Amino acid sequence: MRKHYAGGTKDAGLNGFDLTVRRGSVCGLLGPNGAGKTTAIRVLATLLELDSGQAQVAGFDVTTQARQVRENIGLVGQYAAIDEIMSGRQNLIMFGRLNHLSSREADKRADALLEQFDLAEAARLPVAKYSGGMRRRLDLAVSLIVSPPVLFVDEPTTGLDPVGRREVWAAIRSRVADGTTVLLTTQYLEEADQLADRISMLKAGRVIAEGTPDELKGALGGDWLDIVLPLDTDKSVVMRIVESVASGPIQADDEANRISVPVIERTRALVTVARALADAQIEPQDLSLRRPTLDEVFIHLTSTNEPEAQLEPTL
Amino acid sequence: MNNALPAARTTPISRFGWLLADAWTIARRDLQHWRQQPGAVIVNWFFPIMIALMFGLLFGGAIAMPDGASYFEFLMPGMFAMTMFFGLEATMIAVNTDAAKGITDRFRAMPMNAAAVLLGRCVADMISSAIGLLILMVAGVLLGWRWHGPLTAALAAVGLLLLLRFAILWIGIFLGLSAKGPESVASVQILIWPVSFLSNVFVDTVTMPALLGTIAQWNPLSSTATAIRQLFVNPGWRGQAWIIDNAQLMAVVWPLILIAIFLPLSVRGYRKLGR
Repeated sequence: MRKHYAGGTKDAGLNGFDLTVRRGSVCGLLGPNGAGKTTAIRVLATLLELDSGQAQVAGFDVTTQARQVRENIGLVGQYAAIDEIMSGRQNLIMFGRLNHLSSREADKRADALLEQFDLAEAARLPVAKYSGGMRRRLDLAVSLIVSPPVLFVDEPTTGLDPVGRREVWAAIRSRVADGTTVLLTTQYLEEADQLADRISMLKAGRVIAEGTPDELKGALGGDWLDIVLPLDTDKSVVMRIVESVASGPIQADDEANRISVPVIERTRALVTVARALADAQIEPQDLSLRRPTLDEVFIHLTSTNEPEAQLEPTL
Repeated sequence: MNNALPAARTTPISRFGWLLADAWTIARRDLQHWRQQPGAVIVNWFFPIMIALMFGLLFGGAIAMPDGASYFEFLMPGMFAMTMFFGLEATMIAVNTDAAKGITDRFRAMPMNAAAVLLGRCVADMISSAIGLLILMVAGVLLGWRWHGPLTAALAAVGLLLLLRFAILWIGIFLGLSAKGPESVASVQILIWPVSFLSNVFVDTVTMPALLGTIAQWNPLSSTATAIRQLFVNPGWRGQAWIIDNAQLMAVVWPLILIAIFLPLSVRGYRKLGR
């Protein structure tokens, strides 16, 4: 599956985008707003024409075999694309009928999906009364009426609260279990980590890094250990202590009096540093571990000179 | 694993059958909306009655009719034509909302004929407008409006009204697809009013300044209003200009011109969603 889209002047276009997703796997497209994630999904779902290049979904060309592609895909768009005035059940039946199920089949399928996505109680309520998480789940159910072999999911949890997010993750996981190939876009590292087998990082319309979540994290030097020091501390002592656990360049923020250390073995690093600081009779104001933020991932990846390099674990 | 997938639709006849079936499924969505939100559709259907009452009772007394005829006899056919024109709003809002909410995209990503989406919109709006027209005609009768010609002429008048609605529908689809968002929809909603008033719906065009009167006479709305006044044998002012003498012809030609312009533009607009 390869596609290239040099779209107009919009910054969300695709610029030599290239991606292969293995059948039955879950691929996460990770990137900030404007990186081209939605554009890529829209091209693959036959909603947008390519300017040049080509793409295949389930073995069919998106341009010349659009109808066959549409018969093999389900699309969960960024905005829950369901009718808000109709009930959840009416939505499912309508889309079932449009997928050419008989009236009886559409009814049966709607009830089964409502049960499966835990929406049976709200089946007859208008969708306008659904919570954000319920809408996304209904949206997901609608795109699964005919069990498509390939499922596109565009930012499924953007704007949802943590409960809604977890509900949607569970719903997606249940699909993954039965072998559906899923291409998922997200802005959240955690979401890609939770759901995807492999992650492709997108920037300015091209894939700048690709690998399993572990590989990506390894390439980033794992977690960060933040140490905030009292004002009168001798930093050279602290630097000597943390150098032994650092897996990459240490960052010192003099204004905040903070030292950030990339570490791989998070708890061992924390314990080692805490002990050494205690031995040196330095009492930090704060000592904490945190995951790298998406910003740091991007700063790290875009600062390397080989933007398309395959990421290998650094240790 | 995609065992639930229906058999491929290969023959032209079965494809056409699916086109109609899909269009009907999409049209039925609107009927379900009516059931879920009866308030909205009822307001929509009864709004023209309010306008008719407003003009008939508040302004009607000040408008002198030739031969002392009832103003309602003159006003109601104009209201029928205006109601068809006002359908523009409903079509445009429905099309624009679906595009903005991603529902149009969901339809486009499904293995069905794109024409079914547009056809479904047509069917739903024509049903709604036909019901609205029927309600307004009943209200007109209660207010004292009658048709005096043969039934066939009255049916021809209804046909002309629905033809106008069908033409307006394509303008609505085109504008709904082109509108950037609710703001552009709102500006069209405001413009609908002056366009309706710049016609012979409410008054004779000779009472207007010459230039405006001529423009009003050439308003497609005026042609339909004049033509159906003739067919219903309701009072109207005739024989002042070619466009009025040939109102029945123009009540067919105008909608056909509008359809010839806006149907291709709508189809193009729908396709352009993919560029």
